[in-house]
Amino acid sequence: MKTARREALTGRVLLLVLMAFTLMPFVSLFVTALHPSGTYPLGLDWPDDPQWGNFADAFTAARMTELLKSSVLIVLGVVPISLVVATMAGFAIGHLRIPGRRFVFVAFVLGLTLPFEGIITPLYYLVRDMGVLNTRWAIILPLIGLFMPFSVFWMRAHFVNMPEELSESARIDGAGTWQLFWKVHVPLAAPATSSLAILLFLWTWNQFLLAIVLVDDPLQRTMSGALGAFQGQWGTDIPLLCAGSLLILTPTLLVFLIFQRRFVTALLQGSLKG
Amino acid sequence: MKAAVRRRRNWAGWLFVLPAAAFYVVFVIQPLAMTVQYSLYSWDGIGVATWNGVQNYLRVFTDPDLFAAILNAIKLIVFFSAVPVVLGLAIAATIRRIAASRLALVARTVIFLPQVIPLVAAGITWSWLLSSTGLVNQLLSAIGLESITRAWLGDFSTALPAVGVIGAWVLLGLCTLLLLAGMSKIDPALYEAARLDGAGAFREFFSITLPSLRQEIGVCVTVTVVAALASFDIVYISTQGGPGNASMVPGLEIYYLAFSEREVGLASALAVVLTALVIACALPIQWLTRDRSS
Repeated sequence: MKTARREALTGRVLLLVLMAFTLMPFVSLFVTALHPSGTYPLGLDWPDDPQWGNFADAFTAARMTELLKSSVLIVLGVVPISLVVATMAGFAIGHLRIPGRRFVFVAFVLGLTLPFEGIITPLYYLVRDMGVLNTRWAIILPLIGLFMPFSVFWMRAHFVNMPEELSESARIDGAGTWQLFWKVHVPLAAPATSSLAILLFLWTWNQFLLAIVLVDDPLQRTMSGALGAFQGQWGTDIPLLCAGSLLILTPTLLVFLIFQRRFVTALLQGSLKG
Repeated sequence: MKAAVRRRRNWAGWLFVLPAAAFYVVFVIQPLAMTVQYSLYSWDGIGVATWNGVQNYLRVFTDPDLFAAILNAIKLIVFFSAVPVVLGLAIAATIRRIAASRLALVARTVIFLPQVIPLVAAGITWSWLLSSTGLVNQLLSAIGLESITRAWLGDFSTALPAVGVIGAWVLLGLCTLLLLAGMSKIDPALYEAARLDGAGAFREFFSITLPSLRQEIGVCVTVTVVAALASFDIVYISTQGGPGNASMVPGLEIYYLAFSEREVGLASALAVVLTALVIACALPIQWLTRDRSS
Protein backbone atom coordinates (compact mmCIF):
# COMPACT_ATOMS: atom_id res chain seq x y z
CA MET A 1 0.00 0.00 0.00
CA LYS A 2 2.73 2.41 0.99
CA THR A 3 4.83 1.60 -2.09
CA ALA A 4 1.79 2.08 -4.32
CA ARG A 5 1.23 5.54 -2.92
CA ARG A 6 4.89 6.44 -3.29
CA GLU A 7 4.89 5.22 -6.87
CA ALA A 8 1.80 7.26 -7.65
CA LEU A 9 3.50 10.34 -6.22
CA THR A 10 6.67 9.77 -8.27
CA GLY A 11 4.48 9.30 -11.31
CA ARG A 12 2.66 12.57 -10.71
CA VAL A 13 5.88 14.52 -10.26
CA LEU A 14 7.33 12.98 -13.39
CA LEU A 15 4.22 13.86 -15.39
CA LEU A 16 4.43 17.47 -14.25
CA VAL A 17 8.12 17.66 -15.21
CA LEU A 18 7.36 16.16 -18.60
CA MET A 19 4.54 18.63 -19.19
CA ALA A 20 6.78 21.53 -18.18
CA PHE A 21 9.49 20.31 -20.58
CA THR A 22 6.94 20.14 -23.38
CA LEU A 23 5.30 23.48 -22.68
CA MET A 24 8.40 25.54 -21.80
CA PRO A 25 9.27 26.34 -25.43
CA PHE A 26 5.77 27.67 -26.05
CA VAL A 27 5.89 29.81 -22.91
CA SER A 28 9.25 31.24 -23.93
CA LEU A 29 7.86 31.96 -27.41
CA PHE A 30 4.87 33.72 -25.90
CA VAL A 31 6.68 36.03 -23.46
CA THR A 32 9.28 36.88 -26.09
CA ALA A 33 6.52 37.83 -28.51
CA LEU A 34 5.39 40.50 -26.04
CA HIS A 35 8.68 42.41 -26.03
CA PRO A 36 9.11 45.56 -28.12
CA SER A 37 9.75 44.71 -31.75
CA GLY A 38 13.43 44.63 -32.73
CA THR A 39 14.81 44.14 -29.21
CA TYR A 40 16.86 41.15 -28.03
CA PRO A 41 15.12 39.98 -24.85
CA LEU A 42 16.19 37.14 -22.57
CA GLY A 43 14.67 33.69 -23.03
CA LEU A 44 12.14 33.95 -20.25
CA ASP A 45 11.49 37.49 -19.18
CA TRP A 46 8.07 39.07 -18.67
CA PRO A 47 8.25 42.53 -20.32
CA ASP A 48 7.52 45.70 -18.33
CA ASP A 49 5.21 46.89 -21.05
CA PRO A 50 3.68 43.92 -22.90
CA GLN A 51 3.30 44.74 -26.60
CA TRP A 52 0.07 42.95 -27.46
CA GLY A 53 0.11 44.86 -30.71
CA ASN A 54 2.93 42.58 -31.93
CA PHE A 55 0.37 39.92 -32.69
CA ALA A 56 -1.60 42.33 -34.87
CA ASP A 57 1.62 43.42 -36.61
CA ALA A 58 2.63 39.81 -37.21
CA PHE A 59 -0.87 39.07 -38.51
CA THR A 60 -0.40 41.72 -41.17
CA ALA A 61 3.26 40.93 -41.85
CA ALA A 62 2.56 37.22 -42.29
CA ARG A 63 -0.60 37.95 -44.32
CA MET A 64 -2.42 35.41 -42.22
CA THR A 65 -5.78 35.53 -44.00
CA GLU A 66 -4.22 34.65 -47.34
CA LEU A 67 -2.07 31.96 -45.76
CA LEU A 68 -5.06 30.36 -44.10
CA LYS A 69 -6.97 30.39 -47.37
CA SER A 70 -4.06 28.79 -49.21
CA SER A 71 -3.61 26.02 -46.65
CA VAL A 72 -7.32 25.32 -46.55
CA LEU A 73 -7.45 25.06 -50.35
CA ILE A 74 -4.55 22.61 -50.35
CA VAL A 75 -6.14 20.50 -47.62
CA LEU A 76 -9.45 20.52 -49.52
CA GLY A 77 -7.58 19.29 -52.57
CA VAL A 78 -5.66 16.51 -50.85
CA VAL A 79 -7.96 15.05 -48.20
CA PRO A 80 -11.27 14.31 -50.03
CA ILE A 81 -9.60 12.82 -53.11
CA SER A 82 -7.24 10.71 -50.99
CA LEU A 83 -10.11 9.44 -48.86
CA VAL A 84 -12.29 8.35 -51.77
CA VAL A 85 -9.48 6.81 -53.78
CA ALA A 86 -7.91 5.01 -50.79
CA THR A 87 -11.25 3.74 -49.47
CA MET A 88 -12.03 2.23 -52.86
CA ALA A 89 -8.63 0.56 -53.07
CA GLY A 90 -8.78 -0.66 -49.47
CA PHE A 91 -12.22 -2.11 -50.14
CA ALA A 92 -11.04 -3.98 -53.24
CA ILE A 93 -7.86 -5.32 -51.63
CA GLY A 94 -9.29 -6.10 -48.21
CA HIS A 95 -12.82 -7.17 -49.00
CA LEU A 96 -13.39 -8.05 -52.66
CA ARG A 97 -10.38 -10.35 -52.65
CA ILE A 98 -9.40 -9.47 -56.18
CA PRO A 99 -6.81 -11.65 -57.91
CA GLY A 100 -3.27 -10.42 -57.31
CA ARG A 101 -4.34 -8.50 -54.18
CA ARG A 102 -1.30 -9.65 -52.27
CA PHE A 103 1.02 -8.21 -54.90
CA VAL A 104 -0.87 -4.90 -55.04
CA PHE A 105 -0.83 -4.64 -51.26
CA VAL A 106 2.90 -5.32 -50.96
CA ALA A 107 3.56 -2.77 -53.71
CA PHE A 108 1.77 -0.12 -51.66
CA VAL A 109 3.35 -1.16 -48.36
CA LEU A 110 6.85 -0.81 -49.81
CA GLY A 111 6.16 2.91 -50.14
CA LEU A 112 5.35 3.34 -46.44
CA THR A 113 8.79 4.42 -45.24
CA LEU A 114 9.93 6.12 -48.44
CA PRO A 115 11.62 9.42 -47.53
CA PHE A 116 10.17 12.31 -49.55
CA GLU A 117 13.69 13.58 -50.27
CA GLY A 118 14.26 10.40 -52.24
CA ILE A 119 11.97 11.54 -55.04
CA ILE A 120 11.81 15.32 -54.64
CA THR A 121 14.21 16.06 -57.53
CA PRO A 122 12.28 14.22 -60.27
CA LEU A 123 9.01 15.47 -58.77
CA TYR A 124 10.17 18.99 -59.55
CA TYR A 125 10.74 18.17 -63.22
CA LEU A 126 7.58 16.08 -63.39
CA VAL A 127 5.41 18.83 -61.96
CA ARG A 128 7.09 21.39 -64.21
CA ASP A 129 6.38 19.31 -67.31
CA MET A 130 2.75 19.01 -66.25
CA GLY A 131 2.63 22.78 -66.21
CA VAL A 132 1.55 23.13 -62.59
CA LEU A 133 4.84 24.27 -61.00
CA ASN A 134 4.23 27.20 -58.62
CA THR A 135 0.53 26.45 -58.31
CA ARG A 136 -1.19 24.68 -55.42
CA TRP A 137 -1.68 21.64 -57.66
CA ALA A 138 2.09 21.13 -57.47
CA ILE A 139 1.63 20.30 -53.79
CA ILE A 140 -1.79 18.64 -53.98
CA LEU A 141 -1.23 16.03 -56.70
CA PRO A 142 2.12 14.60 -55.47
CA LEU A 143 0.89 14.56 -51.87
CA ILE A 144 -2.10 12.40 -52.80
CA GLY A 145 0.32 9.93 -54.37
CA LEU A 146 2.76 10.09 -51.46
CA PHE A 147 0.02 9.53 -48.87
CA MET A 148 -1.44 6.63 -50.87
CA PRO A 149 0.66 3.82 -49.30
CA PHE A 150 -0.43 4.74 -45.79
CA SER A 151 -4.04 5.50 -46.76
CA VAL A 152 -4.50 2.21 -48.62
CA PHE A 153 -2.79 0.33 -45.80
CA TRP A 154 -5.08 1.97 -43.25
CA MET A 155 -8.31 1.36 -45.17
CA ARG A 156 -7.39 -2.22 -46.02
CA ALA A 157 -6.91 -2.91 -42.31
CA HIS A 158 -10.49 -1.78 -41.79
CA PHE A 159 -12.01 -3.77 -44.66
CA VAL A 160 -10.19 -6.99 -43.84
CA ASN A 161 -12.18 -7.15 -40.63
CA MET A 162 -15.58 -6.62 -42.24
CA PRO A 163 -17.59 -9.85 -42.26
CA GLU A 164 -18.23 -11.44 -45.64
CA GLU A 165 -21.91 -12.11 -44.78
CA LEU A 166 -22.59 -8.37 -44.85
CA SER A 167 -21.81 -8.18 -48.55
CA GLU A 168 -23.48 -11.46 -49.35
CA SER A 169 -26.82 -10.37 -47.93
CA ALA A 170 -26.61 -7.09 -49.85
CA ARG A 171 -25.86 -8.98 -53.04
CA ILE A 172 -28.86 -11.24 -52.50
CA ASP A 173 -30.92 -8.05 -52.31
CA GLY A 174 -29.59 -7.30 -55.77
CA ALA A 175 -26.89 -4.72 -55.06
CA GLY A 176 -24.03 -4.42 -57.54
CA THR A 177 -20.46 -3.91 -56.36
CA TRP A 178 -20.70 -0.15 -56.82
CA GLN A 179 -23.90 0.12 -54.74
CA LEU A 180 -22.55 -2.33 -52.20
CA PHE A 181 -19.54 -0.08 -51.76
CA TRP A 182 -21.35 3.25 -51.41
CA LYS A 183 -24.54 2.13 -49.66
CA VAL A 184 -23.17 -0.48 -47.25
CA HIS A 185 -19.43 -0.18 -46.79
CA VAL A 186 -18.72 3.55 -46.96
CA PRO A 187 -21.12 4.40 -44.10
CA LEU A 188 -19.72 1.56 -42.00
CA ALA A 189 -16.16 2.72 -42.63
CA ALA A 190 -16.81 6.15 -41.10
CA PRO A 191 -14.61 5.64 -37.99
CA ALA A 192 -11.65 4.54 -40.13
CA THR A 193 -12.10 7.27 -42.74
CA SER A 194 -12.54 10.06 -40.19
CA SER A 195 -9.33 9.09 -38.37
CA LEU A 196 -7.56 8.95 -41.71
CA ALA A 197 -8.96 12.38 -42.58
CA ILE A 198 -7.46 13.81 -39.38
CA LEU A 199 -4.05 12.34 -40.11
CA LEU A 200 -4.06 13.50 -43.74
CA PHE A 201 -5.16 16.99 -42.71
CA LEU A 202 -2.30 17.23 -40.25
CA TRP A 203 0.36 15.88 -42.63
CA THR A 204 -0.78 18.16 -45.44
CA TRP A 205 -0.95 21.24 -43.26
CA ASN A 206 2.56 20.57 -41.92
CA GLN A 207 4.15 19.57 -45.23
CA PHE A 208 7.29 21.61 -45.74
CA LEU A 209 9.66 20.05 -48.30
CA LEU A 210 7.18 19.91 -51.18
CA ALA A 211 6.00 23.43 -50.41
CA ILE A 212 9.42 25.07 -50.55
CA VAL A 213 10.64 23.12 -53.58
CA LEU A 214 7.57 23.17 -55.79
CA VAL A 215 6.02 26.56 -55.02
CA ASP A 216 7.96 29.84 -54.98
CA ASP A 217 5.22 32.12 -53.69
CA PRO A 218 4.73 31.64 -49.92
CA LEU A 219 1.09 32.70 -50.32
CA GLN A 220 0.39 29.60 -52.43
CA ARG A 221 2.04 27.25 -49.95
CA THR A 222 1.01 25.27 -46.90
CA MET A 223 1.13 26.93 -43.50
CA SER A 224 4.41 25.20 -42.78
CA GLY A 225 6.07 26.37 -45.99
CA ALA A 226 4.88 29.90 -45.34
CA LEU A 227 6.34 29.80 -41.86
CA GLY A 228 9.73 28.94 -43.37
CA ALA A 229 9.49 32.01 -45.61
CA PHE A 230 8.36 34.14 -42.68
CA GLN A 231 11.46 33.13 -40.76
CA GLY A 232 13.65 34.02 -43.73
CA GLN A 233 12.05 37.46 -43.96
CA TRP A 234 11.69 38.43 -40.30
CA GLY A 235 14.31 36.15 -38.71
CA THR A 236 16.25 39.07 -37.22
CA ASP A 237 13.27 40.62 -35.44
CA ILE A 238 12.89 38.07 -32.69
CA PRO A 239 9.72 39.32 -30.94
CA LEU A 240 7.91 39.65 -34.29
CA LEU A 241 9.15 36.21 -35.39
CA CYS A 242 7.88 34.67 -32.15
CA ALA A 243 4.50 36.39 -32.49
CA GLY A 244 4.21 35.26 -36.11
CA SER A 245 5.17 31.68 -35.27
CA LEU A 246 2.54 31.55 -32.54
CA LEU A 247 -0.11 32.92 -34.91
CA ILE A 248 0.78 30.38 -37.58
CA LEU A 249 0.58 27.63 -34.94
CA THR A 250 -2.83 28.72 -33.68
CA PRO A 251 -5.07 27.07 -36.32
CA THR A 252 -3.47 23.64 -35.81
CA LEU A 253 -3.61 24.03 -32.05
CA LEU A 254 -7.29 24.97 -32.15
CA VAL A 255 -8.19 22.03 -34.37
CA PHE A 256 -6.12 19.78 -32.12
CA LEU A 257 -7.77 20.97 -28.92
CA ILE A 258 -11.26 20.57 -30.40
CA PHE A 259 -10.63 17.05 -31.69
CA GLN A 260 -7.92 16.07 -29.19
CA ARG A 261 -9.32 12.63 -28.31
CA ARG A 262 -9.66 11.62 -31.94
CA PHE A 263 -6.28 13.13 -32.78
CA VAL A 264 -4.33 11.25 -30.15
CA THR A 265 -6.10 7.98 -30.89
CA ALA A 266 -5.68 8.40 -34.64
CA LEU A 267 -2.00 9.27 -34.38
CA LEU A 268 -1.25 6.43 -31.99
CA GLN A 269 -3.12 3.91 -34.15
CA GLY A 270 -1.56 5.46 -37.23
CA SER A 271 1.97 4.83 -36.03
CA LEU A 272 1.08 1.39 -34.70
CA LYS A 273 -0.29 0.33 -38.05
CA GLY A 274 2.46 2.06 -40.01
CA MET B 1 -22.78 -19.23 -64.12
CA LYS B 2 -21.33 -18.79 -60.70
CA ALA B 3 -17.77 -18.69 -62.03
CA ALA B 4 -18.79 -16.03 -64.55
CA VAL B 5 -20.24 -13.84 -61.79
CA ARG B 6 -17.12 -14.23 -59.74
CA ARG B 7 -14.91 -13.26 -62.66
CA ARG B 8 -16.99 -10.16 -63.30
CA ARG B 9 -16.70 -9.21 -59.66
CA ASN B 10 -12.97 -9.55 -59.78
CA TRP B 11 -12.67 -7.24 -62.76
CA ALA B 12 -14.86 -4.69 -61.04
CA GLY B 13 -12.51 -5.03 -58.06
CA TRP B 14 -9.57 -4.01 -60.17
CA LEU B 15 -11.40 -0.88 -61.28
CA PHE B 16 -11.62 0.07 -57.60
CA VAL B 17 -7.85 -0.13 -57.19
CA LEU B 18 -7.11 1.74 -60.39
CA PRO B 19 -7.34 5.39 -59.21
CA ALA B 20 -5.15 4.73 -56.15
CA ALA B 21 -2.65 2.81 -58.25
CA ALA B 22 -2.58 5.61 -60.83
CA PHE B 23 -1.70 8.27 -58.23
CA TYR B 24 0.88 5.98 -56.67
CA VAL B 25 2.54 5.03 -59.95
CA VAL B 26 2.59 8.55 -61.40
CA PHE B 27 3.74 10.43 -58.30
CA VAL B 28 5.81 7.84 -56.40
CA ILE B 29 6.94 4.90 -58.52
CA GLN B 30 7.71 6.95 -61.61
CA PRO B 31 9.79 9.58 -59.79
CA LEU B 32 11.55 6.79 -57.91
CA ALA B 33 12.57 5.21 -61.22
CA MET B 34 13.59 8.65 -62.49
CA THR B 35 15.79 9.18 -59.43
CA VAL B 36 17.63 5.95 -60.22
CA GLN B 37 17.94 7.00 -63.86
CA TYR B 38 19.21 10.53 -63.04
CA SER B 39 21.72 9.07 -60.61
CA LEU B 40 23.59 7.48 -63.51
CA TYR B 41 23.99 10.73 -65.41
CA SER B 42 25.80 13.99 -65.00
CA TRP B 43 23.16 16.70 -65.47
CA ASP B 44 22.81 20.36 -64.52
CA GLY B 45 19.02 20.27 -64.87
CA ILE B 46 19.01 22.37 -68.06
CA GLY B 47 21.50 21.16 -70.68
CA VAL B 48 22.12 17.71 -72.09
CA ALA B 49 22.70 14.91 -69.58
CA THR B 50 25.78 12.77 -70.11
CA TRP B 51 26.17 9.16 -69.04
CA ASN B 52 28.20 8.91 -65.88
CA GLY B 53 27.92 5.27 -64.80
CA VAL B 54 28.48 4.76 -61.09
CA GLN B 55 30.68 7.84 -60.75
CA ASN B 56 28.01 9.69 -58.75
CA TYR B 57 27.77 6.81 -56.29
CA LEU B 58 31.55 6.71 -55.91
CA ARG B 59 31.47 10.40 -55.06
CA VAL B 60 28.75 9.89 -52.45
CA PHE B 61 30.99 7.44 -50.60
CA THR B 62 34.36 9.14 -51.16
CA ASP B 63 33.57 12.86 -50.95
CA PRO B 64 34.18 13.64 -47.26
CA ASP B 65 31.39 16.24 -47.13
CA LEU B 66 28.77 13.95 -48.62
CA PHE B 67 29.78 10.97 -46.54
CA ALA B 68 29.84 13.13 -43.41
CA ALA B 69 26.18 14.01 -44.06
CA ILE B 70 25.29 10.31 -44.06
CA LEU B 71 27.27 9.78 -40.85
CA ASN B 72 25.49 12.75 -39.27
CA ALA B 73 22.12 11.19 -40.05
CA ILE B 74 23.27 7.99 -38.35
CA LYS B 75 24.49 9.96 -35.31
CA LEU B 76 21.12 11.68 -35.11
CA ILE B 77 19.56 8.26 -34.47
CA VAL B 78 20.99 8.44 -30.94
CA PHE B 79 18.96 11.57 -30.22
CA PHE B 80 15.88 10.97 -32.34
CA SER B 81 15.54 7.31 -31.46
CA ALA B 82 17.55 6.09 -28.47
CA VAL B 83 16.74 9.02 -26.17
CA PRO B 84 12.94 9.11 -26.76
CA VAL B 85 12.57 5.32 -26.62
CA VAL B 86 14.65 4.80 -23.45
CA LEU B 87 13.27 7.86 -21.67
CA GLY B 88 9.79 7.03 -22.93
CA LEU B 89 10.07 3.53 -21.47
CA ALA B 90 11.21 4.87 -18.11
CA ILE B 91 8.49 7.50 -17.99
CA ALA B 92 5.72 5.16 -19.14
CA ALA B 93 6.76 2.53 -16.58
CA THR B 94 6.67 5.15 -13.82
CA ILE B 95 3.30 6.64 -14.71
CA ARG B 96 1.69 3.32 -15.63
CA ARG B 97 -0.20 3.07 -12.35
CA ILE B 98 -1.76 6.50 -12.61
CA ALA B 99 -2.46 6.29 -16.36
CA ALA B 100 -6.20 6.66 -15.78
CA SER B 101 -6.02 9.68 -13.46
CA ARG B 102 -7.25 13.13 -14.43
CA LEU B 103 -3.71 14.50 -14.44
CA ALA B 104 -2.59 11.79 -16.83
CA LEU B 105 -5.42 12.59 -19.23
CA VAL B 106 -4.41 16.25 -19.31
CA ALA B 107 -0.79 15.20 -19.72
CA ARG B 108 -1.76 13.03 -22.68
CA THR B 109 -2.94 16.09 -24.56
CA VAL B 110 -0.03 18.26 -23.50
CA ILE B 111 2.80 15.88 -24.32
CA PHE B 112 1.23 15.27 -27.69
CA LEU B 113 1.54 18.89 -28.78
CA PRO B 114 5.00 18.51 -30.41
CA GLN B 115 3.53 15.87 -32.73
CA VAL B 116 0.81 18.19 -33.92
CA ILE B 117 2.70 21.41 -34.63
CA PRO B 118 4.76 21.68 -37.82
CA LEU B 119 8.40 20.62 -37.43
CA VAL B 120 9.23 24.03 -38.85
CA ALA B 121 7.63 25.64 -35.82
CA ALA B 122 9.55 23.34 -33.48
CA GLY B 123 12.71 24.38 -35.33
CA ILE B 124 12.01 28.11 -35.00
CA THR B 125 11.04 27.80 -31.33
CA TRP B 126 14.12 25.82 -30.39
CA SER B 127 16.43 28.04 -32.45
CA TRP B 128 15.32 30.79 -30.11
CA LEU B 129 15.64 28.65 -26.95
CA LEU B 130 19.14 27.53 -27.91
CA SER B 131 20.39 30.95 -29.05
CA SER B 132 23.00 32.86 -27.04
CA THR B 133 20.37 34.87 -25.12
CA GLY B 134 17.83 32.02 -25.08
CA LEU B 135 16.17 30.17 -22.27
CA VAL B 136 18.67 27.27 -22.19
CA ASN B 137 21.58 29.58 -21.49
CA GLN B 138 19.50 31.59 -19.02
CA LEU B 139 18.78 28.39 -17.06
CA LEU B 140 22.42 27.26 -17.23
CA SER B 141 23.60 30.62 -15.87
CA ALA B 142 21.03 30.44 -13.10
CA ILE B 143 22.55 27.17 -11.83
CA GLY B 144 26.10 28.47 -12.08
CA LEU B 145 27.09 26.88 -15.39
CA GLU B 146 27.68 30.20 -17.10
CA SER B 147 31.02 28.95 -18.43
CA ILE B 148 29.44 26.45 -20.82
CA THR B 149 26.79 28.78 -22.26
CA ARG B 150 27.08 29.40 -25.99
CA ALA B 151 25.07 29.72 -29.19
CA TRP B 152 24.40 25.99 -29.25
CA LEU B 153 23.29 25.78 -32.87
CA GLY B 154 26.17 27.91 -34.10
CA ASP B 155 29.01 26.00 -32.45
CA PHE B 156 30.87 23.38 -34.49
CA SER B 157 30.92 20.84 -31.68
CA THR B 158 27.36 21.29 -30.43
CA ALA B 159 25.29 22.05 -33.57
CA LEU B 160 24.47 18.43 -34.39
CA PRO B 161 23.62 17.39 -30.80
CA ALA B 162 21.51 20.56 -30.48
CA VAL B 163 19.54 19.54 -33.58
CA GLY B 164 19.21 16.13 -31.96
CA VAL B 165 17.72 17.67 -28.81
CA ILE B 166 15.01 19.30 -30.94
CA GLY B 167 14.21 15.92 -32.49
CA ALA B 168 14.12 14.26 -29.07
CA TRP B 169 11.67 16.90 -27.83
CA VAL B 170 9.41 16.28 -30.83
CA LEU B 171 9.42 12.49 -30.52
CA LEU B 172 9.49 11.90 -26.75
CA GLY B 173 5.74 12.43 -26.26
CA LEU B 174 4.76 10.11 -29.09
CA CYS B 175 7.01 7.32 -27.81
CA THR B 176 5.83 7.72 -24.23
CA LEU B 177 2.16 7.51 -25.20
CA LEU B 178 2.69 4.59 -27.58
CA LEU B 179 4.54 2.64 -24.90
CA LEU B 180 1.99 3.58 -22.25
CA ALA B 181 -0.81 2.32 -24.50
CA GLY B 182 1.12 -0.93 -24.89
CA MET B 183 1.58 -1.28 -21.12
CA SER B 184 -2.13 -0.84 -20.49
CA LYS B 185 -2.70 -4.04 -22.47
CA ILE B 186 -0.54 -6.14 -20.14
CA ASP B 187 -2.54 -8.36 -17.81
CA PRO B 188 -2.39 -6.79 -14.30
CA ALA B 189 -2.39 -10.31 -12.78
CA LEU B 190 1.19 -10.68 -14.06
CA TYR B 191 2.28 -7.72 -11.97
CA GLU B 192 0.42 -8.95 -8.89
CA ALA B 193 2.08 -12.33 -9.19
CA ALA B 194 5.47 -10.68 -9.49
CA ARG B 195 4.80 -8.55 -6.42
CA LEU B 196 3.83 -11.64 -4.44
CA ASP B 197 7.10 -13.24 -5.49
CA GLY B 198 8.82 -10.20 -4.02
CA ALA B 199 9.97 -8.68 -7.30
CA GLY B 200 11.03 -5.03 -7.13
CA ALA B 201 10.24 -2.37 -9.67
CA PHE B 202 13.35 -3.21 -11.70
CA ARG B 203 12.69 -6.94 -11.89
CA GLU B 204 9.10 -6.21 -12.77
CA PHE B 205 10.20 -3.92 -15.59
CA PHE B 206 12.73 -6.29 -17.12
CA SER B 207 10.80 -9.53 -16.78
CA ILE B 208 7.24 -8.38 -17.51
CA THR B 209 6.98 -4.91 -19.05
CA LEU B 210 9.85 -5.00 -21.52
CA PRO B 211 9.11 -8.39 -23.11
CA SER B 212 5.43 -7.55 -23.54
CA LEU B 213 6.19 -4.34 -25.40
CA ARG B 214 8.05 -5.94 -28.29
CA GLN B 215 5.66 -4.63 -30.92
CA GLU B 216 5.31 -1.10 -29.50
CA ILE B 217 9.06 -0.72 -29.12
CA GLY B 218 9.44 -1.87 -32.72
CA VAL B 219 7.03 0.81 -33.88
CA CYS B 220 8.75 3.54 -31.84
CA VAL B 221 12.18 2.56 -33.13
CA THR B 222 11.01 2.39 -36.75
CA VAL B 223 9.23 5.74 -36.68
CA THR B 224 12.07 7.52 -34.92
CA VAL B 225 14.90 5.97 -36.96
CA VAL B 226 13.16 6.97 -40.18
CA ALA B 227 12.64 10.46 -38.75
CA ALA B 228 16.37 10.71 -37.96
CA LEU B 229 17.66 9.42 -41.29
CA ALA B 230 15.23 11.47 -43.37
CA SER B 231 15.39 14.63 -41.22
CA PHE B 232 15.00 17.84 -43.20
CA ASP B 233 12.62 20.45 -41.76
CA ILE B 234 14.31 20.89 -38.38
CA VAL B 235 17.83 21.11 -39.82
CA TYR B 236 16.76 23.45 -42.62
CA ILE B 237 15.22 25.87 -40.14
CA SER B 238 17.64 25.69 -37.22
CA THR B 239 21.12 25.41 -38.77
CA GLN B 240 20.85 25.07 -42.56
CA GLY B 241 23.43 22.32 -42.12
CA GLY B 242 25.98 24.65 -40.55
CA PRO B 243 28.19 25.90 -39.15
CA GLY B 244 30.34 24.75 -42.05
CA ASN B 245 28.97 21.27 -42.64
CA ALA B 246 28.74 20.36 -38.96
CA SER B 247 25.04 19.48 -38.97
CA MET B 248 24.51 18.62 -42.66
CA VAL B 249 22.16 15.69 -43.27
CA PRO B 250 21.44 13.80 -46.54
CA GLY B 251 17.95 15.24 -46.98
CA LEU B 252 19.23 18.81 -46.89
CA GLU B 253 22.27 17.96 -49.01
CA ILE B 254 19.98 16.54 -51.72
CA TYR B 255 18.00 19.77 -51.68
CA TYR B 256 21.12 21.93 -52.01
CA LEU B 257 22.73 19.74 -54.66
CA ALA B 258 19.62 19.53 -56.82
CA PHE B 259 18.27 23.06 -56.53
CA SER B 260 21.23 25.32 -55.68
CA GLU B 261 24.31 23.63 -57.08
CA ARG B 262 22.48 22.07 -60.03
CA GLU B 263 24.17 18.70 -59.62
CA VAL B 264 21.04 16.70 -60.31
CA GLY B 265 22.90 13.43 -60.95
CA LEU B 266 24.83 13.59 -57.70
CA ALA B 267 21.73 14.65 -55.75
CA SER B 268 19.87 11.66 -57.19
CA ALA B 269 22.64 9.22 -56.27
CA LEU B 270 22.52 10.51 -52.70
CA ALA B 271 18.71 10.19 -52.79
CA VAL B 272 18.99 6.55 -53.85
CA VAL B 273 21.51 5.87 -51.06
CA LEU B 274 19.26 7.59 -48.50
CA THR B 275 16.19 5.65 -49.63
CA ALA B 276 18.12 2.38 -49.52
CA LEU B 277 19.45 3.23 -46.05
CA VAL B 278 15.96 3.98 -44.71
CA ILE B 279 14.55 0.75 -46.09
CA ALA B 280 17.58 -1.23 -44.91
CA CYS B 281 16.97 0.06 -41.37
CA ALA B 282 13.17 -0.09 -41.30
CA LEU B 283 12.66 -3.60 -42.69
CA PRO B 284 14.83 -5.58 -40.22
CA ILE B 285 13.40 -3.66 -37.24
CA GLN B 286 9.90 -4.50 -38.39
CA TRP B 287 10.87 -8.11 -38.96
CA LEU B 288 12.63 -8.51 -35.59
CA THR B 289 9.86 -7.02 -33.52
CA ARG B 290 6.88 -8.38 -35.41
CA ASP B 291 4.28 -10.11 -33.34
CA ARG B 292 5.28 -13.74 -33.70
CA SER B 293 1.70 -14.94 -33.57
CA SER B 294 0.65 -13.04 -36.70
